[in-house]
Amino acid sequence: MSILLKKHKDISGFIFINVTRLLFLMLILMLAFILIKIIVEGFSVISWEFISSEPKNNMTEGGIFPAIFGTVAVTLLMILFALPLGIFSAIYLNEYAKDSVFTRIIRTAVNNLAGVPSIVFGLFGLGFFILFVGKNLDEVLQTGLLFGQPALIWASSTLAVLVLPIIIVSTLEALNSVPKSHRDASYGLGATKWQTIKNVVLPQARPGILTGTILAISRGAGETAPVLFLGAAFFLPNLPIVDLCFGDYCIPMINPGEQFMYLAYHIFILATQSSNPTKTMPLQYGSTLVLITLTFLLNITAIIFRYRFRKILGRL
Amino acid sequence: MKETKITVKNLNLFYGEKQALADISIDIYSQRVTAFIGPSGCGKSTFLRVINRMNDLIDDVRITGKIQIDGIDIYDKNLDVVNLRKRIGMVFQKSNLFPKTIYENLIFGPRINGIKDRKVLDEIAEKTLIQAALWEEVKDRLDDPALSLSGGQQQRLCIARALAVEPQIILMDEPASALDPISTAKIEELIDELKKNYTIVIVTHNMQQAARVSDYTAFFYLGRLIEYDKTSRIFTNPSNRQTEDYVTGRFG
Repeated sequence: MSILLKKHKDISGFIFINVTRLLFLMLILMLAFILIKIIVEGFSVISWEFISSEPKNNMTEGGIFPAIFGTVAVTLLMILFALPLGIFSAIYLNEYAKDSVFTRIIRTAVNNLAGVPSIVFGLFGLGFFILFVGKNLDEVLQTGLLFGQPALIWASSTLAVLVLPIIIVSTLEALNSVPKSHRDASYGLGATKWQTIKNVVLPQARPGILTGTILAISRGAGETAPVLFLGAAFFLPNLPIVDLCFGDYCIPMINPGEQFMYLAYHIFILATQSSNPTKTMPLQYGSTLVLITLTFLLNITAIIFRYRFRKILGRL
Repeated sequence: MKETKITVKNLNLFYGEKQALADISIDIYSQRVTAFIGPSGCGKSTFLRVINRMNDLIDDVRITGKIQIDGIDIYDKNLDVVNLRKRIGMVFQKSNLFPKTIYENLIFGPRINGIKDRKVLDEIAEKTLIQAALWEEVKDRLDDPALSLSGGQQQRLCIARALAVEPQIILMDEPASALDPISTAKIEELIDELKKNYTIVIVTHNMQQAARVSDYTAFFYLGRLIEYDKTSRIFTNPSNRQTEDYVTGRFG
C-alpha cells in the first residue's frame, strides 16, 4: 500500500502551469498599464467642452467633437453595409452551398482575408471604390467629380470589406453550432428549408452573430490606415451632415459624400503632424480615452443585445 | 377491422454504394402500433426515416421500390414533401425541443402552416397538451422555457408538438430510451391512448417495451425485414430462428 501514499511528482506539469501563469500575469499587467496611463493622463482633459466643441488654434486647443461624430458615423454605416452582406454570405455558405472545391476555396479565402494588413484594404478602397466605382459613376451619370473622390461612404464601404471576414467567420460558427436535431425537428413538422433557417437556425445563431458584430465594431472604429486614403480629413470643423427635407420638415442625416474627421486618425495627426506635439500631448491622451470609451460603448450596446438573445434562448 | 395505412413493396436504400435496406415489403395498419426491433445498425431507424422522407436531407441517398400511404406513392416526383411531413409526426430519440417557450414549441407547426389567429393557436396548444397528458402539469407555465421541463415532460411535449400539425401517422424513434422507468411508463400509456386515432410506428431497443405497447412487430436484421407478425406471435412463437434468438436475448 505504500505506493498509494507516495506522492507523484509532476515536474513538467508544475513548470508548465507556472510559466502560463507568469505569461498571463504579464499580459494583464501590460494591459492594465496602458489603460491606467490613458485614464490618468486623459481624464483631466475630458470636459463637456472637449467632447462637444471643435479643435481650435491650429489643433493645439479645443475639443474633438467632429472626430467623435465622424467615427460614429463611419462605424454605423460600416455595420449597415457589412452585417447583411456578411450574414447572408454565411447563410449561403453554410446552409445552401454544396461542399465543393469552389466553396472550400471561398472559405479559405475568407479566413485569409482576415489576416490582410489594413493598409492593403486602404489601397484597395482607393483603387476600387474611388477610382473604379466612383469615377465610373461620375462618367456614366455625368456628375463631374462627385463620386470619384474620398468620402465617408467609401471609407465605410472599405471598412465593411475589412470587417466582413470577421462577421462571416463568426456567423458560420454560430450557424454550425445549431444542433442538427433542431433542424430535424423543424423539418419533421413540415417546415421548408427557409422556414427552418428563419425560425430555428437564425434565432439560435443570433448571439454568435452579435459576437462577430462586436469584434467588427472594435476593429473598424480603431482602424487608421484604411481611412487615410478614403476621406479622413486633417482638420474639418463642420460635420458631414446634410438636411433631408420634406417640405418644411427637415431631418439632419449623415452626408455620405462628405469628408470627415476620424478619432484614430486625429490622434495620429496630433502626435506626428502637429505644429506643437508637446503641447497637444494632453489632447492625445484625452482623444485616446474617448476612442476607447466610444468603442466600449458601441460594444456594450451589442453585448446587451446578445445578453437578451441568450436569455430568450435560456442559455444563461 | 384493420386497414392498411402504409404499403411498402421491394424497398431498397443505398448510401452511396452501401446498401442499407434490402428488399423490404411490409403493410402497416391504421390505428395500430407497429414496433420495429432489431440490433443497432439493422436499418430500422433508416426505414422509419424513409416513411417521412427525412433521408432526403442526406446527400447521396438512393431509394428504389414503392412506398404508398393511403395508396399514394410518396416518392412520386409531383408529391410535395413538406405536405407529406405535415401528415406524419415524428418524435426523436432525444427530446429536440427548440430553445423557446413551451407555448412557442407547441404552435411552431401550426404557425409555419400559416395559422396566425392567437385564439386558434391557443386552442391547438390546449388540445394537444391534453392529448399528450401534459396539460395539468404545464397549464400554468406555458410561457416558461421548454427546456426547464423534466426529461420525460420534454419528450411528451415533443409528442404534443408533433400532434399539433394534426398528423395521421406518428413515427417514434426510440422515444423512451433516454428516460427513467416512470417517464417511460407515461409515454407508453400515451402511445396506447394515441393509437385510437393515429397510426403509430415505434423503433425500440427495449424488447419488453415492444411487447407491451405494440400490436405488430417487425424484426430487422442487416438491412432486411426478417419477420413481421402480430406482436404476441413474434414474442411467443416466431417462425424464424433469428427472430427467436433475438427476442429471447441470445444475440443482439
